[in-house]
Amino acid sequence: MSLFSRPVIAPLEYTKRLWLRSWIAGVAFFLYAPLLVLFIFSFNDSKGNVVWKGFTFKYYGKVFQNTSLMEALGNSLTIAALATVFSLILGAMSAVMLWRFRFPFKAGLEGVMSLPIVVPEICMGVAMLVFFAAIDWPNDLPWPLSLSAITIAHITFCFPFVTMVVRARLATFNKEEEEAAKDLGATEWQAFRDVLLPHMRPGLIAGALLSFTLSLDDFVITFFTSGPNTVTFPVKVYSMVRFSVTPEVNAVSSLLILITVILTTLALRLQGKVSIAGGHS
Amino acid sequence: MTEPIIQIRNVTKRFGAMVAVDNVSLDIKAGEFFVMLGPSGCGKTTLLRMIAGFEVPTEGQILIDGQDMAGVPPNKRPVNMVFQSYAVFPHMDVMDNVAYGMRIAGVAKAERRERAEEALALVKLDGLGTRMPDQLSGGQRQRVALARSLVMRPKVLLLDEPLSALDAKLRAQMQFELTELQEKIGITFVTVTHDQDEALSMACRIGVVNKGQVAQLATPSDLYEYPANRFVADFVGSVNIFEGRLSVDEPERAVVETSDVGQIHINHGVTGPHEATVWVALRPEKINLSKPSDQSPTENSTQGKIVGMSYLGDCTVYEVKLASGRVIRVRRSNMSRFDQDDFTWGDMVAMDWHASSPVVLQA
Repeated sequence: MSLFSRPVIAPLEYTKRLWLRSWIAGVAFFLYAPLLVLFIFSFNDSKGNVVWKGFTFKYYGKVFQNTSLMEALGNSLTIAALATVFSLILGAMSAVMLWRFRFPFKAGLEGVMSLPIVVPEICMGVAMLVFFAAIDWPNDLPWPLSLSAITIAHITFCFPFVTMVVRARLATFNKEEEEAAKDLGATEWQAFRDVLLPHMRPGLIAGALLSFTLSLDDFVITFFTSGPNTVTFPVKVYSMVRFSVTPEVNAVSSLLILITVILTTLALRLQGKVSIAGGHS
Repeated sequence: MTEPIIQIRNVTKRFGAMVAVDNVSLDIKAGEFFVMLGPSGCGKTTLLRMIAGFEVPTEGQILIDGQDMAGVPPNKRPVNMVFQSYAVFPHMDVMDNVAYGMRIAGVAKAERRERAEEALALVKLDGLGTRMPDQLSGGQRQRVALARSLVMRPKVLLLDEPLSALDAKLRAQMQFELTELQEKIGITFVTVTHDQDEALSMACRIGVVNKGQVAQLATPSDLYEYPANRFVADFVGSVNIFEGRLSVDEPERAVVETSDVGQIHINHGVTGPHEATVWVALRPEKINLSKPSDQSPTENSTQGKIVGMSYLGDCTVYEVKLASGRVIRVRRSNMSRFDQDDFTWGDMVAMDWHASSPVVLQA
């Protein structure tokens, strides 16, 4: 062995190469440095957001005392919960329909179904605004109903995601299992409940978490469909920023990131289980 | 004679323009082990699925235990099925799987448990009730599927390619176990398979299905020794078929003139149309291989050259090229440990067979 020999790197051991490691580090830096700064400055004991003046939890306390912000959060959570429930039902039903039946224009319907996913959000937002104006949707209803326009808009872009996830899960279903249930005496409904639904469950959970997070942090479409009295969390944060970027905004944003990350991780976990379980049939 | 448990009357099934089952009539007797044998796509599985109720006949009638099954959905039929993929419910443990049908039927919990345990013992899975399906081997999953169906006490148990997913050793074992089980509980078994060994070893009677029609309905030995037509002769076992002309057809004797092996003498009449084109089927193991001698050739003999050999342990299959250029197969048991050394590639050999061995086929 020569004194100058370097450890041999196998062709596929990319992560041991210096140039690739520095590339990865660079990508990670540009991705996460802004978030990190946001997070750190949420603890800044200063009115401004530029100079570090000391550590404090004060702004987190302030966030929870900010009633209009908390009201917005309440609105957002309500909308997200409602949108999730309806997206789940609609998404699961359309997934089962697309998986089970053959009918004319099925391919067309499938394409149209994924349209809300691919259409730019700004267009969706404008379309929603115009639509609700055109049908003269009332915007002066009492509280939970006042959220109806936003909720409907959210359901529109959330349920195709549920459909996609559940449909992917259904593709791994062994139809003989359903036939076996019927063969053993189960009715159509019993077979669905006892065999198909348990198989769909991971997809349903993943789809629910996906719609919940999508709905919770949606800004563009919400911005166009919210009335003067229905402010959601992201819209409220936006209006706060317009006045001044205080550490309070940082604290709020950090909290939102935290919620989103937790829910997304859960969703991905279950997605992972979906693809693993999909391996065997 | 009691009434057949399943009566299939003039059943036709079309999928669009494709005819899967073509005017089939078939009776399956109570308590027998019936096997439907045929190549893939011949319609045998469609036939089975029509008995189970998953497909509806386009024409014709299926009666189970004397009752017309038209309009009766799968969950109301007195038959149960073991699926090719076993279709064990992956999210239920073994006990819940086996008890599922009884739960749907509203059987009381205690009885459910008792009967499920009984069924598990029957398929030799006692003590595995709390296992999840993914903790079981393929063979064990099949037993779960079997127990789950048997526990319903069906009049007929349908099995779709039950052994196709098992490895060779396990398959041989399951063949014996299935026949044993069937004899023990006395339920009619109807099995679908493309594997002739499986069919021959398990069945009381075999229905050979080809292109949606029943090509022959017979016991395993009849099927093998007296095939009704070229398809059956060729599909069940290995066979050499010679085309020829029926020149002599007397009560005690028949002769077929062939271009490949000359005259084939048969020691019984075949009552075929005189001078008609017929086919003679000769099984490879019924041909005797020997060293060529100088004596004048006898009846039912020919000569050729070995062009291929496959040593299978218990026997060796030789491919012998005849003077006509035709290659035929001859199977020779390795009765002693040195038998396989008797012949090798390129050897000239003499072949002869008994006059009772050839089977004359008219279709």
